[in-house]
Amino acid sequence: MGWIKDTFHKAGSPRWFFAGSRPWMVGLYVVGGLLILAGSTWGLGFVPPERYQGDSFRILFIHAPAAHLAEAIYVAVAIAGLVFLVWRMKMANLLIVAAAPVGLVVTVLALATGIIWGIPTWGKGWVWDARTVSTLLLAFLFFGLIALRQAVPRPERAARAVALLAVVGVINIPVIKYSVEWFTTLHQPPSIEIGKKPAIAAVFLWPLALNVLGYYCFVAGVVIAALRARIVERDAGTEWVREWMTPS
Amino acid sequence: MRAIRRQRLAVVLFVVAGATVTLTFALLALRENVNLFYEPAKVVNGEAPLGVAIRAGGMVVDGSVVHDDTGLGVTFSLTDHRGNDFDVRFVGVLPGLFREGQGILVAGELDEQRVFQANEVLAKHDENYVPPELHGIAEGGADIDAQAS
Repeated sequence: MGWIKDTFHKAGSPRWFFAGSRPWMVGLYVVGGLLILAGSTWGLGFVPPERYQGDSFRILFIHAPAAHLAEAIYVAVAIAGLVFLVWRMKMANLLIVAAAPVGLVVTVLALATGIIWGIPTWGKGWVWDARTVSTLLLAFLFFGLIALRQAVPRPERAARAVALLAVVGVINIPVIKYSVEWFTTLHQPPSIEIGKKPAIAAVFLWPLALNVLGYYCFVAGVVIAALRARIVERDAGTEWVREWMTPS
Repeated sequence: MRAIRRQRLAVVLFVVAGATVTLTFALLALRENVNLFYEPAKVVNGEAPLGVAIRAGGMVVDGSVVHDDTGLGVTFSLTDHRGNDFDVRFVGVLPGLFREGQGILVAGELDEQRVFQANEVLAKHDENYVPPELHGIAEGGADIDAQAS
């Protein structure tokens, strides 16, 4: 059990994270990029069209991973918020600050692709149902995390306020997930559920799985890159940053 | 865990629990308003109000779609496959996914004869994604995966 505590303490050190994270960032970029390239080429170019929707269903390969990842990023941000509030771990705050803009972009991607898909499929781009509204709220939560931090002038107060918003906002996640079951919505119920046979044919499932995995890896790489930038920003002027910036 | 951390954890969990309870009660109270549309049963049993702008949804009944001889007018019935059907009248362009058996959402109002006068028809895609060559054997939805692989 000692190593868990050890890793936890080490991960709390921005400098330690900065020193060791570069290979991870590059690796995740490469693996994620290749997976997305393979999954998207396969999904957009090679699988047959869907029986009723035709080619417009292909946006699924972008929309579903983005929507799924947006929720996952928020859960990560909320956990970081809890860690910061209880243990005052600096890295947890930096993670929220680094991940919030990424989460906003991914959520907007999910909303935008949903609208583009809705126009030919539903016959309308935007409908105010429980799923779309709760996802829009997720975008506002990410935006709120960014705005709140900048609105509070004292950094340690801002960090606490942002962490609390991150934690409380997590109750929106089950609302997004179960909105299509609790309420009548225009958005369809999930095609893939744990413990159930997927309602999506295997030919479509494989490229989708590649893209979901690819999005996870690539976005993890982006978050690490953002985190590294925040660490340098925070420690600007310290000895080790100056050393790192001086070409040897 | 040190006492101060345990105390902070308790405070955070208390705040989250409070917010969850509040949201749960709000959603339960607003349930009918959060629902996007009336299901066929509620249209048939009179829960859906007459002469008020509402939305309703159901599956298009097989063989119920009748196009006017001239113009864009169309009449069809929506059902929940549990014996609740109602008629819809719409003049306009139907969405591309519109077909018999398709889940459909209509916006408009119920007239005195309980016919839904729609001013908007939207298609509700279901969770099934099936390639064209499996069309026909895949109506069940759940076992398409086995058929495809």
